[in-house]
Amino acid sequence: MNTESNIRLLVDTLTEQREKFLTQWTRTVGEDLRGRLSTAELGRELGELYDAVLEAMTAGSLDSRGEHFAETRSLLIELSRNRARQGFTPTETVRSVFALKEVLEPSLTGDADSARAYLQFARLLDGLGLLTSEAYLRTREEIISSQAEQLLELSTPVVKLWDGVVGVPLVGTLDSARTQVVMEKLLQTLVDTDSTHAIIDITGVPTVDTQVAQHLLKTVVAARMMGAQCTISGIRPQIAQTIVALGIEFGDIPTNASLSDALRQALKEVALDAEDDVRGLL
Amino acid sequence: MKDYAAECASLETVPVSTSGDVVSMRQMVRILAQRGGLSLVHQTKLVTAASELGRNMLVYGGGGSVRAASVTDAGRPGVFVEFRDKGPGIADLDLALTDGWTSGNGMGLGLSGARRLVDEFDIESGPSGTTVRIVKWAK
Ligand SMILES: Nc1ncnc2c1ncn2[C@@H]1O[C@H](COP(=O)(O)OP(=O)(O)OP(=O)(O)O)[C@@H](O)[C@H]1O
Ligand SMILES: [Mg+2]
Repeated sequence: MNTESNIRLLVDTLTEQREKFLTQWTRTVGEDLRGRLSTAELGRELGELYDAVLEAMTAGSLDSRGEHFAETRSLLIELSRNRARQGFTPTETVRSVFALKEVLEPSLTGDADSARAYLQFARLLDGLGLLTSEAYLRTREEIISSQAEQLLELSTPVVKLWDGVVGVPLVGTLDSARTQVVMEKLLQTLVDTDSTHAIIDITGVPTVDTQVAQHLLKTVVAARMMGAQCTISGIRPQIAQTIVALGIEFGDIPTNASLSDALRQALKEVALDAEDDVRGLL
Repeated sequence: MKDYAAECASLETVPVSTSGDVVSMRQMVRILAQRGGLSLVHQTKLVTAASELGRNMLVYGGGGSVRAASVTDAGRPGVFVEFRDKGPGIADLDLALTDGWTSGNGMGLGLSGARRLVDEFDIESGPSGTTVRIVKWAK
């Protein structure tokens, strides 16, 4: 018996007993997932999958990575993405595919011919199961990296300190990705709050090396280009000495030991600006 | 510079192949500095030097490994750190140690600044890699 007749046998069996197999498959998977997915939804999902597999086999293919299985693959990718988002484990997700083997087993092990056909079908499902777990992992990675991004956003709050003054308390290390987020948020907040002064506080940054300094300078330059005055505060004595020994120059960027000094200075300037505005009107 | 690595009973070794590794290497150095009783200023200087050398190793040397240990000299405690990479090496050491010189787009202050931040500084570089050794003493 060759592959072609194996496929024919499989297609016939799967077509004839579609309702029975599908019901059993849905029940088996449903038990696995212990009611965390509605039977109706599961039935629809698995029904689509069943028909896509059947169609590809009717076209004469058993190659899970071949063109005939394109529809099946996209259904499986969708299924595993949903499962990953809903918090199902990889095992639970892949089991949804493998369960079809168990369902078919009793009907396809009667004689040598059908046993051979069953083995080929099992191999096909193994391939599809692998695809499913790959798609699941990809989705999980996407979820993790988007969470990392959200954390990054959370850990770089830009706050309005006073009318016209925004503050950025930096905590932790300042790498390139973080600098980009800080810079964008700072510039946006300057615009949103109509502020003219920004204070970047580095009390919570444990190490200021040339990379951090370069990133700070970049941020200050960007804020200046928006017409804002920028101060760096929270430069502790040990950091000041280290910066000097490294040879870093902050140029004409005002610095302060504490955030409150920086704020006092900024408020003075905001008041002066306002006076100027009033005089300009007179 | 004395062969501190040979004298040490236990050296902590960490690989540096990502910027996350630089952060954890820095933490290891900070802990050794605190244990050695270095003042806050000295700790900060040592950790910053380690940060510069670790990042150079990563950026220009393609990563490498860092060994660190507590050392003593005539009863005075200190911290020894060695940065070793198998990168292309530094063709002109004098130039690389010049303030403001960079082959990339840095500030060109890492190497020269690190030398100023520590008490002992030793660099060997050739086509098969670069090794920098530093010591900071608790004064
Ligand atoms: N481990 C290394 N292997 C090869 N080249 C190196 C290594 N360390 C430093 N260099 C070379 O020496 C130059 C100067 O290094 P230095 O750390 O002073 O400046 P930088 O890294 O370019 O900028 P930064 O101020 O941000 O540190 C580098 O641009 C690089 O060409
Ligand atoms: Mg450098």
